[in-house]
Amino acid sequence: MDLKFILESILFSAQKPLSVKEIRDVLANAAEQEDADSTVKVLKKTKEDDVTSALEQLAKDHEDAQRSYRLACVAGSWQFVTQPEFAPWLKALVGVKARPPRLSQPALETLAIIAYRQPITRAEVEQIRGVNVDGTMQTLTERGLVEAIGRAEVVGRPMTYGTASLFLEYFGLRSLEDLPAADELRKIVVEKPPAPLTADPGLATTPPEQLAVKEEGGSQKAEEQSAEQQPHS
Amino acid sequence: MFPLPTITRPLTICSFRASEFAAADMAEYKVKFEVFEGPLDLLLYLIKKEEVDIYEVNLTKLATTFIEYIETMRLLDLEIAGEFLVMASTLMYIKSRELLPVEQQVQVEGDEEGEDPRWELIRQLVEYKKFKDAASQLQALEVARENTFPRLPIKPEFEADRPAAKPEVSIFDLLNAVNTVLQRFTKRDDPRDIFDDKWTVSEKIEHVLKAITERGKVTFSELFAQAASRSEVVCTFLALLELIRLKQLVCAQPEPFAEIEVTRSQNVGQDSPGVLGSPSEPSAPEPSEPVLNPVASESASVEETPAASPQETGGTPG
Repeated sequence: MDLKFILESILFSAQKPLSVKEIRDVLANAAEQEDADSTVKVLKKTKEDDVTSALEQLAKDHEDAQRSYRLACVAGSWQFVTQPEFAPWLKALVGVKARPPRLSQPALETLAIIAYRQPITRAEVEQIRGVNVDGTMQTLTERGLVEAIGRAEVVGRPMTYGTASLFLEYFGLRSLEDLPAADELRKIVVEKPPAPLTADPGLATTPPEQLAVKEEGGSQKAEEQSAEQQPHS
Repeated sequence: MFPLPTITRPLTICSFRASEFAAADMAEYKVKFEVFEGPLDLLLYLIKKEEVDIYEVNLTKLATTFIEYIETMRLLDLEIAGEFLVMASTLMYIKSRELLPVEQQVQVEGDEEGEDPRWELIRQLVEYKKFKDAASQLQALEVARENTFPRLPIKPEFEADRPAAKPEVSIFDLLNAVNTVLQRFTKRDDPRDIFDDKWTVSEKIEHVLKAITERGKVTFSELFAQAASRSEVVCTFLALLELIRLKQLVCAQPEPFAEIEVTRSQNVGQDSPGVLGSPSEPSAPEPSEPVLNPVASESASVEETPAASPQETGGTPG
């Protein structure tokens, strides 16, 4: 019997989302039963990796089959869920899901920054957003999406924040690796364009030559001075 | 000088170009309200309006537009957050640098890599833009999540096992149990004294249901733990029987001689109790119908059977 179909039957009947570990426990418990035959016993010590890959294969099968439901992994636990487009009928069937109100735009932006850049201090979030985030941070913390996870080893040892356990569940994500465009956003390396940033020939009027030379020398000197001053102080 | 719209939200900005404003032609006023999260958000909006790439944006022109907006905000008596002023000054600084000839600027930049305030601003804008995009992707996920429904089956295979593991108790088991409880009250109330009924069966029904909803399952003795007199025990017991008859509750004994457990019946149909359930249909209710009267007569021997109870039991089935 194919492992993935055994897993399918388990998840089909499960009362709650099951983690890979829980599924393994089910396989082990099944093998403990008195009437367990060899097929069942063989699976007693299935490796977690095998379970995961079987689940992934199963999920892909369901996706390829284009049915109205999929096998989804949210926060590491697997479950059958319906596709969003069938929501109107399901709402009529089981009622609207009890969920807190949707997040506001500032809250989503703040949350995105924290999710991709965790651990991150409040000041760093504010630097990226360019505005004060006290209010939104409080909302996110109250809603259990964000929590303090440590302290940064910088002056003042400010709190660092990260996403809380509810975050993955709330957005239906498998893990933090599963965030959209995660690689790109964790470390944005913004390439400096080779061309001048603002080429407005009309604006930069050529000043009298003397003034220009003087200005250039002056500014360079000033910068050199400041560079020299730093080590001394 | 112009009749301006009154706006109360602090960060709401009327977006119209200053030239339109200066034209003083009331008919041409196109006032659009946008809420900006901060100066970066406003800058991104302005860049988008210019329809250029962030990298190619003309910062000097942007600085001018930005400051026009700040002016507009001031004219409209909007609170200008400090962040906007910081950004305005940064832009002014950039603009002032722009006044230098281009070739000289390049020289300065070459020496001081990364010190260019223009570059610093562009980098910040690009970064903010990416997170803004990520936020909208998160929003899409949020909506999708709201619209996915998990499969939450009722326990299919465990249903068959349960009666075997937890045999239903008969009405006589319940009577034995309630007798044990009644032994706590050796002193009977004086039959010559007539009291108001302190408890009614319907009250106790609510009480029992509340306890079970809160805790999931309640043992038989827990139900009577609070009871202070024989009549209260009788009331609670009648309430329990009534609920069993209505197929709201199931009594089960997990193992021989264990305490009786009271749980909600599996097929509590709010509108049609008992219609669904063949597998979990409690066996107790069936006998309880005929047996209920004997119970009443049995408890009639207990003098203080509340007068309300026969009415209650008679009244509710309809």
